[in-house]
Amino acid sequence: MENIFGSFRQLRRSRIQGRGGGKPEDDRGKVLFGVLAFMMSESLVFMSFITAYIGLRLSTSPWQPPGVSGPKLSSETIITSVVLLSSSLVIYLAERALKRRKVNRFRWLWATTTAMGAYFLYGEVKDWLSEDFSLSTGAIGGTFYIITGFHGLHVFVGMLLQTIMLFRSFIRGNYDKGHYGVTAVSWFWHFVDAIWVIVFSIFFLWR
Amino acid sequence: MTNNSIQNIDSPIDPEGSQGELEEWWRYFTFNKDHKVIGIQYLVTAFIFFLIAGFMAMVIRGELITPESDLVDRPLYNGLFTMHATLMIFLWIVPSLVGLANFLVPLMIGAKDMAFPFLNALSFWMVPPAGILLLSSFLLPAGTAQAGWWSYPPLSTQNPSGYLLNGQLFWCLSVVFLGISSIMAAVNFVTTIIRLRAPGMIFFRMPIFIWSVFSAQLLQLIFLPSLTGGVLLLLCDLSLGTNFFQPDRGGDPMLYQHMFWFYSHPTVYVWALPAFGIFSEIIPAFSRNPLFGYRSVAMATLALAFVSSIVWVHHLFASGTPEWMRILFMFTSELAAVPTGIKVFAWTATVWRGKLHMTTPMLFALGGVVMFLFGGITGVMLGAMPFDLHVNNTYFIVGHFHYIVYNTITLAMFGGLYFWFPKITGRMYNEGWGKIHFWLTFIGANLTFFPMIPLGLQGMVRRVASYEPQYQFWNVVASLGAFLLGVSILPFIANVVISWLQGTKAPNNPWFATGLEWKISSPPPKENFDEIPTVTAPPYSYGKPKTWASSPTTEG
Repeated sequence: MENIFGSFRQLRRSRIQGRGGGKPEDDRGKVLFGVLAFMMSESLVFMSFITAYIGLRLSTSPWQPPGVSGPKLSSETIITSVVLLSSSLVIYLAERALKRRKVNRFRWLWATTTAMGAYFLYGEVKDWLSEDFSLSTGAIGGTFYIITGFHGLHVFVGMLLQTIMLFRSFIRGNYDKGHYGVTAVSWFWHFVDAIWVIVFSIFFLWR
Repeated sequence: MTNNSIQNIDSPIDPEGSQGELEEWWRYFTFNKDHKVIGIQYLVTAFIFFLIAGFMAMVIRGELITPESDLVDRPLYNGLFTMHATLMIFLWIVPSLVGLANFLVPLMIGAKDMAFPFLNALSFWMVPPAGILLLSSFLLPAGTAQAGWWSYPPLSTQNPSGYLLNGQLFWCLSVVFLGISSIMAAVNFVTTIIRLRAPGMIFFRMPIFIWSVFSAQLLQLIFLPSLTGGVLLLLCDLSLGTNFFQPDRGGDPMLYQHMFWFYSHPTVYVWALPAFGIFSEIIPAFSRNPLFGYRSVAMATLALAFVSSIVWVHHLFASGTPEWMRILFMFTSELAAVPTGIKVFAWTATVWRGKLHMTTPMLFALGGVVMFLFGGITGVMLGAMPFDLHVNNTYFIVGHFHYIVYNTITLAMFGGLYFWFPKITGRMYNEGWGKIHFWLTFIGANLTFFPMIPLGLQGMVRRVASYEPQYQFWNVVASLGAFLLGVSILPFIANVVISWLQGTKAPNNPWFATGLEWKISSPPPKENFDEIPTVTAPPYSYGKPKTWASSPTTEG
């Protein structure tokens, strides 16, 4: 084995140091890059659904079958949306608390985010039950329930990931130097919130 | 040498050694996170599905020997061509190329493993269940999905049997599973290639195989969500009563066609680019010439990935697409000929005045390039919209497509398997049987797929179990060719199994090839590199004795 890699060492002396290449030793960068790649792919699933919705809506007339008024913009929907969006700020504060090594502060802010996500899901289910159309009502039913449901699934997955991270914070020494899993989950949560802005606009604001 | 290894296998003197061998063997059936094990798991699994789907093709060709529908009944025939295509595409080509890439990418870029080993194992272990789910639909009372591998609604959402568990549902679930698995694999590959390259492995020192895997997986990452999303919506239409694609209730079936082809055209390049990458590794090694125009080939790979993403509407020329759109997409489609032309030119120029070694991998690569030229030219013909309308829905399309997927990609796959067989298994394959395999494949493939070109021009439509008697001559030729193609797999299987068990031990670099994977032992040690190498020169430095890459170590 010496012979094989001896030649590399020799070359390293004789030629310029190998510059460029990846950063294999940087675990944090690797994980966060992977998370970004995954979120890009995931956002394209949403984009395919949303494009389908926009395409169908532009080509179908009438969009709302007789007797259907479409998604209702009630005050409750607005409140749950505001709660979800402001949870982005809370999770940012939680992350900042962890960076300053205030683990307890991190824990309660982090748990608050999860609770805000849960409240959003509760409001969403309540909203679904109050709509006057079902999954099989024209093209409007399928697009509304599948897209909001798919987004709700993401909120749920985000809450699961937050719970895992919360439990991991109780492992002694685990978060002493901060942890990139927390950053990754926080990015995912911002992503889910940003998607909601789009979903909310195309369903509740587009009249 | 051969006798020695047989003795070693037959007489386990060292009990610890045999224990180690058993573990070695058993780890291929576990949730192992080593990229080399996962690569072999992918390859073997994909090959089993290849055999099953190939058997279905034999039955289809058996049916088509006579003009009448006499061998299988029509629903089964529809199911067979649907399953043949689905298995070959989603469970042979994609996983086999992912398997080869899994084995090679970390070795070629000088990494210890993939970026996310756990995710890697997870994406593999989603493949066998999805395949078994798909195949199990043969046991359902109403049989398998019968709407073709593209599953256009409203045909695919009819569900005439009325059962909740129907073949189409199993098809949708299986494709969604495989889509999730492929997206996870794509995240892994892109991260690995970007982040884990060895010091000095700048982008323009990556082998073309890495360039092609990178471009292909980038396509998976960007476009696969569209198919997965489309099939999910199809699933909802089929089983939950939504109306995304139901024209009578506010939906639009054309929407599915767009969502499907928005991915499924780029996907052809997800398969073809790694095949081109394999050609670009094999041809320089056995021509003893550097790859001609390395940078142009690398850039052509990226360019091809880009062009492939803006041509999907050429699959919808006959689907009521507006005229301006058809003209626009005709131009973009023909644009794809430019980067492919650069590649074929580069391979030809590499062979030019080279010192050719006609080994089995080289035969497969050269045969693949020649047949790719034919497949590519028929592709340029099809890209021309007026011609496409003329041969739409005929055997011309089937012939063109199989010249790409079998005669180019599968041949490249075989070439790659022979080329890296010593590295993967640590044993040499049998050259004589390899050559027999090549000639049977080359003759069989041309006999099978060439007749489809005249058949299509004469007007024989595809997906039919019975046809006009005037088409029988070429159909008999194609069927006999297909049976020869079936036979051609046998020497390959025998060669691989026997060589793996008792072939000659392979040296580190049997081909005197460049590239980091040839610098380490065969098979590679568990952590790949004792010391991560530093790369100082571009690849393919054949014929330049002073660079490090061309001084191979042949001792084990």
